[in-house]
Amino acid sequence: MTIEIESRRSVTDEAGRGVDELVVNIGPSHPSTHGVCRVIAHLDGEVVVKAEPVIGYLHRGIEKMAENRTYLQVVPLTDRLDYVGSMYANWAYCRAVERLADIRVPERAEYIRVIVCELQRIASHMMGVGASGADTGAFTAFVYAFDIRERIVELFELLCGARLTYNYVRPGGVSADLPDGWIEACRAVVRAAPARLRELDDLFFGNYIAAGRMRGIGVLSAEDAVAWGATGPVARGSGVPFDLRKDDPYSVYPRLDFDVPVGESGDAFDRGRVKLFESIESCRIIEQALDQIEAGPVKASGLPRLIRPRPGDAYDHIESARGSLGVYLVSDGSPRPYRMKVRSPAFCNLQLLGRLAVGHTVSDLVVILGSLDPVFGEVDR
Amino acid sequence: MSDLSAIPVPVPADAGSSLEVLREALCSVHPDLCPLFSIEFADSVLMVSRAQLHATAAKLKELGFERFGFVTAVDFGDDFELVYRLQSTRFGVGMSLKTEVPRDEPAIETITDLWPAATWHEREVYDLMGIEFIGHPDLRRILLPDDWVGHPLRKDYHDDDVIPRPDYI
Amino acid sequence: MTSTLIGLLFGLLAGLAIALAALFGVWWERKVSGRIQLRFGPQQAGPAGLFQTLADTVKLVLKEDVTPAAADRTIFKWAPLLVFTPVALSLLAVPFATGFAPLDTGVGMLLFLAVPSVSVLGVLLGGWASANTYGTLGGMRGAAQMVSYEVPRTLSVLSLVVVAGSMRPTIVMGAWRWWWLPLFAAGFLIYLISSIAEMNRGPFDLPEAESELVAGYFADYTGIRWAIFMMSEYGAMLAASTFGAAVFLGGTNGLPGALGVIVLLLKAVAITTVVIWVKWTFPRFRQDQLMAFAWKVLTPLALLQLLVAGIVAIWL
Repeated sequence: MTIEIESRRSVTDEAGRGVDELVVNIGPSHPSTHGVCRVIAHLDGEVVVKAEPVIGYLHRGIEKMAENRTYLQVVPLTDRLDYVGSMYANWAYCRAVERLADIRVPERAEYIRVIVCELQRIASHMMGVGASGADTGAFTAFVYAFDIRERIVELFELLCGARLTYNYVRPGGVSADLPDGWIEACRAVVRAAPARLRELDDLFFGNYIAAGRMRGIGVLSAEDAVAWGATGPVARGSGVPFDLRKDDPYSVYPRLDFDVPVGESGDAFDRGRVKLFESIESCRIIEQALDQIEAGPVKASGLPRLIRPRPGDAYDHIESARGSLGVYLVSDGSPRPYRMKVRSPAFCNLQLLGRLAVGHTVSDLVVILGSLDPVFGEVDR
Repeated sequence: MSDLSAIPVPVPADAGSSLEVLREALCSVHPDLCPLFSIEFADSVLMVSRAQLHATAAKLKELGFERFGFVTAVDFGDDFELVYRLQSTRFGVGMSLKTEVPRDEPAIETITDLWPAATWHEREVYDLMGIEFIGHPDLRRILLPDDWVGHPLRKDYHDDDVIPRPDYI
Repeated sequence: MTSTLIGLLFGLLAGLAIALAALFGVWWERKVSGRIQLRFGPQQAGPAGLFQTLADTVKLVLKEDVTPAAADRTIFKWAPLLVFTPVALSLLAVPFATGFAPLDTGVGMLLFLAVPSVSVLGVLLGGWASANTYGTLGGMRGAAQMVSYEVPRTLSVLSLVVVAGSMRPTIVMGAWRWWWLPLFAAGFLIYLISSIAEMNRGPFDLPEAESELVAGYFADYTGIRWAIFMMSEYGAMLAASTFGAAVFLGGTNGLPGALGVIVLLLKAVAITTVVIWVKWTFPRFRQDQLMAFAWKVLTPLALLQLLVAGIVAIWL
């Protein structure tokens, strides 16, 4: 049982009329694939009057734990932040460490990082789009999306042995070079993916019922997106063309040619579609990176076993599948971070749930939550 | 294959140019903030006093820092250092706006009126560090249960259930 | 006396038929949906997974019988049967062979359409007896949906009656001509969609799938009670498919005896496959969209179909 009625009470709404308000708790444990999110919804009949997400069910104190580990030992902790996107979570942290400790990453490592991050982006978006499918009842779309994700996860398994938490991107480079034949395998996946992504687009977003369920639901205006700090597909679905890969470029992205898909209406439909088209663009990026990559070292040379950055603090961010993911590190000269703060895009985007759900029904609430695509490892840390 | 070495990879050295543009703009519009501005680790930092923070944030927002990143606190023993991260599309850079708050009086004015995005971030700082944000619409714990005692991210936080990790490297 | 015994026998046979239909239906659904989703479906239990449903039934029978503490016990116990029995009864009116239906009455068409309406009561009571607000709401939504979709379903079947000139299913099946296919194409489609909605299946399963988010009307039912709800659904699927195959698609095509039955059942399986295909392809309708679809799209089309049928009947 996921919905429990907490109370039924009479309140007066803004117009001064008495309404019978039902307070309903959509519990932290969900059959739908969004993780531990609790929403307390105040309903007037079937319409949501107020929705308040309650978070913290997956809070593990990662930031506190990081204070007691060396810079290298923190990397597996970052895996478990956005566990659907370990590669880019590792990368955001490593960039902050490299900025703090003045570590120059070799070019081949940068290319590998871009390739795995883009692959991870596709995998993460497939999770997001698949979840939207499962929410609306299109289970086949969910399975198709996961089939595409499975190809990518297989590639990651070939690369570093893990399917979910990779611990691959390390400060100074990556943990190991690409195995023999990996580039060809990756190329095969990335050549086949766009056709399958377009098929998924047709199957799910081209469907009259899915459009009915997602169009006009949870509309986010562009001004609200900027004011509320929304980033990633949530902001781009509303027409805000903010993408760190273009607006604050990093790594080898300036050498790669790609477009940033931007939606128009800011509803759940556009957010989902932005994710899908971003995945197609990621395939383009990966192909170019695979063409451009050259032989070389994959770890910075002369890196000490214990990284001791000079005292100070630095912040660095990347464009993850959910938005701008950043890590702020404070160093006191010791081998352990003095403070680590993770700016997680899902945390910032989730604030919007209360605003977006007002005026919709409970079924729409779940669709909106899915379109915001939160991963609670990142939200709660 | 084209000559890739000709295309610059923006390592921190390249960021210097847009940071200099920012410094010039800041100094021309708000000369009082100029001495408080510094470039550290190839990033812009502005250190102001607690009383000045809200006004400075408003000025920065006007200057072009329309996007709010996060707010966090660092426990330095005698005081807490609050770090506000802002992002500007106009300059293409971010800025760390810092201030200090004394430990025995950890309170500061809220900036949720400038950026509603700060709502949950300020709640998190209150929850984990115990800093009160005056004027916040809904200041209560966010990550920890409502009946939790203490603020875990503080350096002097003690919990009987914590198992200290052996200090080996 | 003999007629009572025969009636009882047919009743038992109907129950058995539904059990077999569920056995086959669940297996077929899992195989078809598996293939649609790029996987195999059941493979281990028996050849090609044929005994999977049997295994599941054994498991369900062995489950603990839980009744919610606050529930109304009598109604809770009898609601599943209230859904099951009308479906079994309607199955008796279906013409299974040329010139034969277990219950061959002069109003057979009406019987088939009207009797399952009683299931609506079962859905309502099942939701209400679960003693939670959202269960009740789910039950009411399910009932509203089932009642609404009966209108286009009845109208589409009525157009056949008008052209065939009789309400006896065996006569309607016998009166089938090849040009009924294009004439009643719209009617058949309306019948199919409405039947899917009647079964609370496929794109119309918000009242029960909303049990993912909200407690649906049968979320409190465990073990064999839940199995009875499921059997009713598959029984309704069998009944609707066979009936649709019989009257819209020609049924046995005049072939005698067992051959005719096989032809009819093959057509019924084809229709069932389409129903399964639809469920696993489309997302779910939202409740208001669902009702709008019934009243604003299907019903006018069904009326149009009836008009066309009437013109053809007069012209004949």
